[in-house]
Order: sequence, then structure tokens, then C-alpha cells
Amino acid sequence: MDEILEILEKDARVTPEEIARMTKKKVADVKKKINQYEKDGVILKYKAVINREIVKVRNEEVRALIEVNLVPQKDLGFDKVAQRIYSFPEVASCFLVSGTYDLLLIVRGRDIHTVSRFVAEKLSPMENVRGVVTHFMLKKYKEDGVMLKQKEEDKRIAISY
Amino acid sequence: MKPSGIRAFFDLVLGMKDVISLGVGEPDFVTPWEIREAGITSLEQGFTSYTSNKGLLKLRLAIHSYLKNTFGISYSAEDEILVTVGVSEGVDLALRAIMNPGDKILVPMPSYVSYGPMTELAGGIPVYIDTRKDDFKLTPQNLKKHIDPKVKGIIFNYPANPTGVSYTRKELEQLKKVLIGHKILCITDEIYCDLTYDFTHTAFPSLPGAKEYTLYLNGFSKSFAMTGWRVGYACGPKDLIAAMTKIHQYTIMCVPITSQMAACEGLHSSQQSVENMKREYKRRREFVVTRLNKIGLKCHMPQGAFYAFPSVRKTGMNGLKFAQKLLTAQKVAVVPGTAFGDEYTDNIRISYATAFEKLKEALLRMETFVRTHRK
Repeated sequence: MDEILEILEKDARVTPEEIARMTKKKVADVKKKINQYEKDGVILKYKAVINREIVKVRNEEVRALIEVNLVPQKDLGFDKVAQRIYSFPEVASCFLVSGTYDLLLIVRGRDIHTVSRFVAEKLSPMENVRGVVTHFMLKKYKEDGVMLKQKEEDKRIAISY
Repeated sequence: MKPSGIRAFFDLVLGMKDVISLGVGEPDFVTPWEIREAGITSLEQGFTSYTSNKGLLKLRLAIHSYLKNTFGISYSAEDEILVTVGVSEGVDLALRAIMNPGDKILVPMPSYVSYGPMTELAGGIPVYIDTRKDDFKLTPQNLKKHIDPKVKGIIFNYPANPTGVSYTRKELEQLKKVLIGHKILCITDEIYCDLTYDFTHTAFPSLPGAKEYTLYLNGFSKSFAMTGWRVGYACGPKDLIAAMTKIHQYTIMCVPITSQMAACEGLHSSQQSVENMKREYKRRREFVVTRLNKIGLKCHMPQGAFYAFPSVRKTGMNGLKFAQKLLTAQKVAVVPGTAFGDEYTDNIRISYATAFEKLKEALLRMETFVRTHRK
């Protein structure tokens, strides 16, 4: 992967000037590349990873992992059915997986009832959905390589040879 | 032996709060999890005993394979490898094993703090080679000037602490010719070998004809971010390793078994972590060195390790004064160059083994500081 992407994936706030210094490239070239990545949809979005364990939002949302068994559509396979499912705004992530079920969804909702209603009223009744298993998430430990815990302080002594 | 002159400055740093430290001589990464996990598992399984004096055979075998696969040198796990308490113990054992009273040891300067004092402790005389006029690089000409019949060995550290200087294969070849020509033992401290950025690191004993004149020292502290585990190793001619093992068995007995088991895991499974760390350091290096030069602190581009060694001459202050004032005015800690040799009054050592965010902030503060203090 291009080094620019590697740097931004780790920290999206690193500026083009800083990236240019780190990679020995011209600032203009870095900017151009980033623009191109944004245009091509390589870079889709910049966002912060928030540790909700600490924030304790008042209207905290719930998340559920949902296994979905599908009946594939003739000629279209799973893609068309999957699209009908992942287009719902409640679906935060959607993966086609191998194994005992076909789709794995991460669904978000205001509370447990909202998610239940989504499953009961929207997802399960769909024509190509053969069955669903819902797992409500209890606690998140790690997300996208980031451990969700209090920032650890530097344990090294401040000065050494 | 004289006490370290900048101890007082170190105490000042340690007594201060909220300092951004660019003065740390160890990686800012924690030991990769798979290595820590191996240490924990070994404790759970009850591995709490002594090991063979030379170190666990499986660790020596792993070291053998690593050196063979990475640098193409073959040391026998049986009698040419000794597991030590960091490279520090390796240097100490070597010096004590080879030195007769009055023998001389060459030490290219500036250097890591312990080489000179350890030489003296072993009854020898350190001969310091100043490298300022060659951008801190040891040249064959400079080397030749310091050789006489009493010179028994050289302690040669590359990539180097505190300058980050390293050597290409060609440069090493030239130094080798001079050293071997005079039958000088090359004690090479290659602890930063995995952090070489612009070319491939050449292990000194891998040069044709060099192996029998080399004591190769390396360890796990820097590559695997394992400083606190204290594991290193010495590889060299059978007789020398046997002599060193004798001293080691009476003074140390063996390296703690937990550390040895963890180190084994490092060699088996953590090469990817090493590669990731290196990429990250390389980016920081480019960032830090270009910024320093822009601020007006002249700095050569280091080829390895995680140090930059800029000159602060332009500010009209010496390194110690600069470090003291920077600390009180901007709460940024750096190490004065004199920590690594009396002559290096113009320089400071900056460690970029610090999270990028902090590096950025520290350099901003340094910029402000230099602007207000320029002559």
C-alpha cells in the first residue's frame, strides 16, 4: 500500500506538509495524490475512533452482531440481496462470510427495542432471508486494531543513555 | 574513574513534571504482545529455574538461524554463542577476557557511555578517536593514526548511539583491511542493526576473513523493544567465547529464564513487528532531521538507530546550557552531547523514539526556543 495511505490510516490528521517531510516527497505531490485518492473513493472518509466505554453518552446506542442466512437469487448470487439489507441505515457493517451463515451484520440502534424491531419487522420478513441469529454486544474491547482502554502513560524513565 | 558529569542535569529532568522527553535511549514501543505472552506462559508452566550458563540451547539455536538467514554468518550454537545480560555484559566480558594491564582499546567517539569506563575497569587504556571532522564517521585514515602495538581491540558500534551513523559494506571493507592487518580484535556492538534505513546492514563478521577477528554483540532490546528484559548475545571464536563464559558463569550464572524464553519467541514470530517499527522510525527520522535543519540546528542525516545529533552552536550556547535552558523554558528534555564524550560541547542528542504527536509538539517548542535565543 502507498505510504501516504498507510500514514493516514493510522492518523488522518497528519497534514500533507508533515507527510511530505516524512516520506521525502513534495508537498504539492502529496496533496495531489490525496485528492486523487478522495476522488477515486480510495479514501472514503476521515473519522475519529471514539471510546464509548468512557464517554457514557446519555442516549447510548446498542449494537448487535447478526448472522443472516440467505437464499441466493438466481443469476445475481448474494450481492443483490445483500444490497437490499445493507442499504438500511441501521446496518453499520455488512460482510459476506463463509461458514454456517452467509451475511454478518453489525446493526446499531438507540436501544434494544429499536434493534429488535429492525430484526423482527424489516430483516426477518425479507423474501430471501431464511433465518437470523442476533447477538447483542455487551462490551467492546478492541476495534479496528485500537484497544479501547484508558490511554497508557509512558512507563520509561524520562532520560537515559 | 570520574563520575558522569551530567548526572545533575538528568536529576533535574527526572524531578520535573509534564516534560516532553526526547532524551530516552530506548524504543517507545512496548514489547510486542506475542513476546510478552510467551514470557507469561513460561511462568505459568513453571519455567523458573537456572539455565545452562551459555543460555537455553533453543535460544542459541534460534540465534544461530537468525544470523545465518539474515546476514549469512554461521556461529555454532554449541560453542560460539553466549547469551548475555544485554550487550553491556557482552562488552564487559570481552574486555575482561582479553585485556592485559596497559593494553589499549580504540573507541570511536562520540560513543555510548560505557565503553571507556568498562575498558578502564578491565585494566586497559581507552584510546578515543574523535570523528568530528568526518561527520562522526570513522575513516580508515583516522583509524590508522591511532594504531600502535599496544592496541588490542576496538569497540565499534554501528548504527551508532548517539549519532545514528552507520556504514555501508564498502566502508566496512576498508576499515576491516586496516583492523585485520594489525590483528586487532573487532568488538562490534550491532544492537541497532535492524534499524538501518538507507542501505542493508552488513554484519562485520560476514565480511570475508573478518569472522575470526570479530566478537559480534547483539541483543533483543532495540529490535524487539525488550530493553527491560536484559537479553543480549555474544558470538565469536570458540576460545574467546569459552573465556567469556568462564567469567559469566562466576559472575552472572545465567540470564533469567523468563527473558530467554520470551526472546526465543521474538526470533520465531516477531519479524513483522520489527519491520513495522522500522518503517515508523524511518518516517520520524525524515521529519525530525528536516525540521531541525530548518530550525537552524545543523544536523546530518543519520542512517540508523533512532537518534539525531544536531549542533546547537548557532545559538551561542553549548549543548549542556542549551539542554538546561530548553528544559526550564519549554519543558523539552534532550541529552547534552558531552554525555557521550567531553569534546562534544556543540551537540545535543535527540531521540525520535517518541510518539509522532509528541515529537511534533517538541519540535515546535524547540523552534520557539531557538528563535528567541539566536545570536
